Amino acid sequence: MKKYIYMDNAATTPVKKEVLEEMLPYFSEKYGNPSSVYSLGSASKRAIEDAREKVAKVLGANPKEIFFTGGGSESDNWAIKGVAFANKHKGNHIITSKIEHHAVLHTCEYLEKHGFEVTYLDVDEYGVVDLEQLKNSITDKTILISIMFANNEIGTIEPIKEIGEIAKGRNIYFHTDAVQAVGNIRIDVNELNIDLLSMSAHKFYGPKGIGALYIRQGVKIDPLIAGGAQERNRRAGTENVPAIVGMGKAIELAYANLEEKNERIRRLRDMLIEKIQANIPYVRLNGHPTKRLPGNVNMCFQYIEGESLLLSLDMEGIAASSGSACTSGSLDPSHVLLAIGLPHEIAHGSLRLTLGEFNTEEEIDYVVEKLVKIVERLRSMSPLYEKVKEEK
Amino acid sequence: MYSQKVMDHFMNPRNVGEIPDADGVGEVGNPKCGDIMKMYLKIKDGVIEDVKFKTFGCGAAVASSSMATELIKGKTIEEAMKLTNKAVAEALDGLPSIKMHCSVLAEQAIKAALLDYSKKHNVHIPGLENVNLDEDPHHHEHESDE
Repeated sequence: MKKYIYMDNAATTPVKKEVLEEMLPYFSEKYGNPSSVYSLGSASKRAIEDAREKVAKVLGANPKEIFFTGGGSESDNWAIKGVAFANKHKGNHIITSKIEHHAVLHTCEYLEKHGFEVTYLDVDEYGVVDLEQLKNSITDKTILISIMFANNEIGTIEPIKEIGEIAKGRNIYFHTDAVQAVGNIRIDVNELNIDLLSMSAHKFYGPKGIGALYIRQGVKIDPLIAGGAQERNRRAGTENVPAIVGMGKAIELAYANLEEKNERIRRLRDMLIEKIQANIPYVRLNGHPTKRLPGNVNMCFQYIEGESLLLSLDMEGIAASSGSACTSGSLDPSHVLLAIGLPHEIAHGSLRLTLGEFNTEEEIDYVVEKLVKIVERLRSMSPLYEKVKEEK
Repeated sequence: MYSQKVMDHFMNPRNVGEIPDADGVGEVGNPKCGDIMKMYLKIKDGVIEDVKFKTFGCGAAVASSSMATELIKGKTIEEAMKLTNKAVAEALDGLPSIKMHCSVLAEQAIKAALLDYSKKHNVHIPGLENVNLDEDPHHHEHESDE
């Protein structure tokens, strides 16, 4: 069988066997509705509460502060819309950044149509938000700051502790989209002064379609989904019990030996970056060199276009992603790459390889070997590269 | 996402390269938008004897250029002028709707090369006067956000 190498772990991860095993009984044996009074129902209820405790423990939170949702995007929507509408009597100003996930950006754009004002903070060349600009943007109308924990494209980890202190000092709610961080970074919501935190299970070897929102006790927030008393009256709808159970198991496993795992993945990441830089000319690393997610590699290959890179890699059995316009389905390349100051033509040639627990050193060598040939072939076809060679 | 024919023309593109003594060279597209096509023509007695291309762009852009060169090689200027972007896309067994602009770019690249030929050799090519090569094909094709 042809080799298949998966290096798109920031997009999603496979469900671990141990996770799947825990989930299975909740499909057809322990299928009771958690809201029902009979014992089949209360077994489901217990399973949910058990998972809630596991999630809370990892974040240093109280289980009562964890609310299960349909995933990261729902958590982001809920946190921002919910806080905005519940606190509009206090003010109508929200601060976020230019490099947020679209689940945050499009939610903010929606709120702008409904009377809210949003400041989109700039980032530096590495994708780090400007803390001075943050402080200067705060007004007496500011009700929420929403800054991602770590960027999904370039892997940059934001100064969350500093942002938390600024928000706390001004008595403003602080939400962080931690979808890429949970499972990869140790997080203590109290130490970091986080009021709301979004997460998604399928980023850490749990199932898709399940996530959670941490809501600090006392935070004023409207529900997003009405229609039932589930999740302490805050998120209606019959709970996705098997997925919640899976999320609980997955988060427990993710944090069991986190440092050891991260050390290995970080080593592979740096090896991949160094080998690409050593073997391919005209490349640049996007994102912060050290303050970055353990598995994130994001590079631009000048004079070629990202989608053609992805197609070529796929033909060699390698799964990756890109921020080129052709893969985003729009005219422009990734808003993140533009926000860090890359010109369009370079942003079009971006490649994201995200490593996970199952990647190996052999895979790194294989990918670099194939990448060298692919980049060479695409550049040989590129009229832009021709000009570079002429100039030399 | 792509037909087998697109993948074949992307992985094994026909007529890639340059013609050093080309009779006509045309370049269309813009690196900002993520695609540039450069087409080289060798023309003798009104017939396209040889054609080569270089493309910076996605899989559909490379495949469209490759297919377009195949469709005009050995043909008369008159026949090449009749090649439409739809014919290129059909010959590739179709393109996803958001990639149709790549076939437009291929049609424009041929016309740009023919325009260059007509200027250099002082040959009148009927139909070229109506061609707008500055038209950005993106604006027609990206109306719906996926």
